[in-house]
Amino acid sequence: MHAGKIIEPIDIQPTHGYGGYKLRCGTPFPFGATLVPGGVNFSIYSSNAQSCTLVLFERHAAEPFIEIPLPDEFRLGHVYCVIVFNLDYENLEYGYRMEGPYDEQAGHRFDADRILLDPYAKIIGGRDLWGHPPNWDNPYPHRGRIALDDFDWEGDRPLEIPPQDLIVYEMHTRGFTAHPSAEVGHPGTFAGIMDKIPYLKELGVNCIELMPIFEFDEFENSRTQPETGETLYNYWGYSTVGFFAPKAGYAATGRFGMQVDELKNLIKQLHREGIAVILDVVFNHTAEGNEKGPYISFRGLDNQTYYMLTPQGEYYNFSGTGNTLNCNHPVVRHMVLDCLRYWASAYHVDGFRFDLASILGRDPRGGPMANLPLLESLAFDPVLAKCQLIAEAWDAGGLYQVGSFPNYGRWQEWNGKYRDCIRKFLKGDMGQVGEMAQRLQGSPDLYQAARRPPSASVNFITAHDGFTLADLVSFNDKHNEANGENNGDGANDNNSWNCGVEGWTEDQDILALRGRQMRNAIALLMLSQGVPMILMGDEVGRSQRGNNNTYCHDSELNWLDWSLVSDDNELFRFCKGMIAFRKAHPMLRRPAFFSNRDETGSGYPDISWHSVQAWNADWSGTSRTLAFMLCDGRGEAGGTQDEFVYVAMNMHWESHGFELPGLPASHDWYLAADTGARSGACIHAPGREPRLEDPSVVAVGDRSVVVLVGRARP
Amino acid sequence: MSYDATLNLTDDTARIRLMGELDYQAALQFQTLVEGLVKEEIGRLVLLAQELEYMASAGLRVLVFAKQKMGPKVDVYVVGAREMVRETIEKAGFDHSVYLVDTEPA
Repeated sequence: MHAGKIIEPIDIQPTHGYGGYKLRCGTPFPFGATLVPGGVNFSIYSSNAQSCTLVLFERHAAEPFIEIPLPDEFRLGHVYCVIVFNLDYENLEYGYRMEGPYDEQAGHRFDADRILLDPYAKIIGGRDLWGHPPNWDNPYPHRGRIALDDFDWEGDRPLEIPPQDLIVYEMHTRGFTAHPSAEVGHPGTFAGIMDKIPYLKELGVNCIELMPIFEFDEFENSRTQPETGETLYNYWGYSTVGFFAPKAGYAATGRFGMQVDELKNLIKQLHREGIAVILDVVFNHTAEGNEKGPYISFRGLDNQTYYMLTPQGEYYNFSGTGNTLNCNHPVVRHMVLDCLRYWASAYHVDGFRFDLASILGRDPRGGPMANLPLLESLAFDPVLAKCQLIAEAWDAGGLYQVGSFPNYGRWQEWNGKYRDCIRKFLKGDMGQVGEMAQRLQGSPDLYQAARRPPSASVNFITAHDGFTLADLVSFNDKHNEANGENNGDGANDNNSWNCGVEGWTEDQDILALRGRQMRNAIALLMLSQGVPMILMGDEVGRSQRGNNNTYCHDSELNWLDWSLVSDDNELFRFCKGMIAFRKAHPMLRRPAFFSNRDETGSGYPDISWHSVQAWNADWSGTSRTLAFMLCDGRGEAGGTQDEFVYVAMNMHWESHGFELPGLPASHDWYLAADTGARSGACIHAPGREPRLEDPSVVAVGDRSVVVLVGRARP
Repeated sequence: MSYDATLNLTDDTARIRLMGELDYQAALQFQTLVEGLVKEEIGRLVLLAQELEYMASAGLRVLVFAKQKMGPKVDVYVVGAREMVRETIEKAGFDHSVYLVDTEPA
C-alpha cells in the first residue's frame, strides 16, 4: 500500500440512470442542493407527499430539460434525496413536483402540476433585477440554484461587540443608495452600501440592521396608485420567498448570479470597519399568503406542516398578511434553526431581529405557549451563542410582550414602551417623568426582575414602521394617501406633535422648534441605558411627507436624499456628536442596572434624580422637567476624564434654570451639549467643552436638553 | 467568440492570454491550465484579459482558486479587464485575491 494514496470511495458511483442522467440515492443531510464529488445531492422533506419529482432547468429556460421521478428507494423516512451526476451546476435551476392528497379540511393542498421552490435553496434565480417586470405566465418564477461556499473571508469573524456598546442604524438596502444623489456606481444594492461605508464610519454607528434581505417578490400585491399612476411595490420586503437566499435584485452582480459573494463581501468590508450586521428576519409568515395566494414552496411541499391551520384547514392569520408559519412544529423549528445557523456561519452575520416575534411563541393552533421550544432552541444554540437575538415582541393577533417576551436570559426586545414614553415626554405630555426615569435607565421595571441587563432593551424613537423623526415633529396625523388605501393603513397612535403647523411651513420659529425637538430626541436616545437604534436618514432630517407606512413606495418618498448630508446640516453635526459622546462615556453603556445608591464610597449615587432643584426631582403629574446625574465612581471613565454626566431635560414651553448638584471642590462643570443653543453651538467635541462659569445653575431653554460633564480641574 | 487561452512561460512568470467568453465549460479548462502551473514554481501569474469578453462566476472562482493553490508568494495579476469583468470582480470581493491593473507590471 502506498502511503498517502486516497482510496476512492465506492458510494459516489452512480447506481441508477434516467433520461441519460446517472443517479444514485442521495444523503438526507444537508437539506437542499449540495455539491458532492461528481454531482449534486438534492434533499427535500415532505411528511405527507406520496411521491417526489426533481425538475431541472437550464438557467432562464422556459421548460425543464428533464424531470426525474425519485424511486421509493431514494426516500429515507419523509426525506427524498438523490445525487445527479455530471450536471452543469453553474447553469442549473431546479425545483420539485410533489404528489399527494388535495383535502383542504385535512390541510393538504398538493398539486403535482406545480413546480415548487426548495425551501433550502441558497440562491434563487428568476428575479435577478429589481423591478424588472416578470413574465406573469412563467409557471415557475422563483428557481433554486446552487451556491458555492468558496468565498475568501481573509480571516473575518463576527465582531461580537458587547450588546451595550452597539449603536444600531436601521436601514433599507435599496433605499440607502437608490437616490441619484447617492452617486454610487450601483444604486440600491449591496455594492452601493459598500461605497457608503465611510459615511457610516463618519456618523459613528457600529451596527447596521438591514430590513429584509432574504429573497422576496417586490411585485407581490403590486398595483398602480389610482391618482398618480405610479407602480406600488412590496418595497419593504416583509414577505419571504426563500429563507436561505439573499435577494438577487439587491446585488449589482445579481444578473450574474453572484449575490452571495457580493453580500459576503459587504459584510467583510463592514466588519473591517468595526460595523456589525444584524438581519431583520421574517419567520411569522411567507409570501404564499392565504388560500388565494400563489404556490411558491411550502403550500405544495407540505401545507399541513408549514402553516398554522384552523380545524377547518383554513390559514390562521396572526401576521395580518394571510398566513402564519407553523414555527413550533418540530420540522419548521429545525428549518428556522438551520436557517439562522446558516446565516451566522456562512455569512458571519452578527445578529437577527425577528419581525412579529410573538408569533414564534404560538402553538400550531395559534394559542400562546407556556413552553416555547423554538425560542429556547435559538437562545441556547451553540452556533448562535454570540449572535444578538432581538424580538419585535408583539404580533398582529393581539399578543404584546414587551417586558415579558420569553427571553431565556438571551433575547433582547424592541422596546415599544420606550418609544411611546419618549415621544409623549418630548411633546410635553403630563404624567411622563416617572416612566421616563425607568426608560432612561434601560427599563429596569421591565427587565431587572428577570435578571436581564439594560441591553435587553433596544431603545428606539423611530423605525421603519411609523413616522421618520422629521415627520414626528411635523405632523399630528398620518398622511398615507399615496398608499392608495384611503389613509386607512398605518398606525393612528403616533404620539407625534407638529409644533404648531401640520406639515410644510416657512415659519422660522416653528422650524427652529422642530429642529430642537429632533435634537432632543437624538440626545435622549444616546443618553439612555440600553441599545440605541436610529432610523436611516433621521440623522439628516429625512421626511416621508407624513406617510407613516411607506411599505409600497420605491421612490424618493423612501430613498435617502444625500443632498441632506452636509456639514451645514445642524442635525447631522449634532447626531454625530451625540454618538461620539455616547462612545466616549462608558457610564452611558452600563452592563448592569443602576443601584441608585453610592456603591463605591464616592459620596454620590451611581444615578441621582433632580429637577429645577438639585436632589429634588419633581415626580408630580404636571411636571415636565427632569434631570439626572451619573457618577462614575468605579473609574470606568474610559478615554475621558469625565467622572460625572448631568442631563437636564426641559419639556416645558418656558426656559428654566436648573440648580446643579455640587461637585467635589476640585471639579468643574463643562457644557457638552445644548439642544437649544444657537446654530453651531449645540454640541462640543469631547475634551473641548466650554467650562460653566457658574457651577451652581444652568439655564435650559424651552423644550431643550442640556448635557454637562464634570471633571477634575486640570 | 468562443473561449481560447494561450500560455507563455518566461523565467518565473506565467502569462495566460484569455480570449472570448469564459463560461462554465471554459472555466474547467482554465482551471486545468492553472493547476498545471502549480509545480512550475513561478513567482507571478499574469492573466491578460483585454480580449476577454465575459467571465462567468465559475471563471471568477478560478481566480480565487489560483491564488489559494499557488500560495501567498505568487502574485496574480489580471491585466486590462473590461469594465463589466472588472466590476464583477470588485463587487464580489475577488479583487482581494488578485491585482487588477491596466497594464502588465514591469
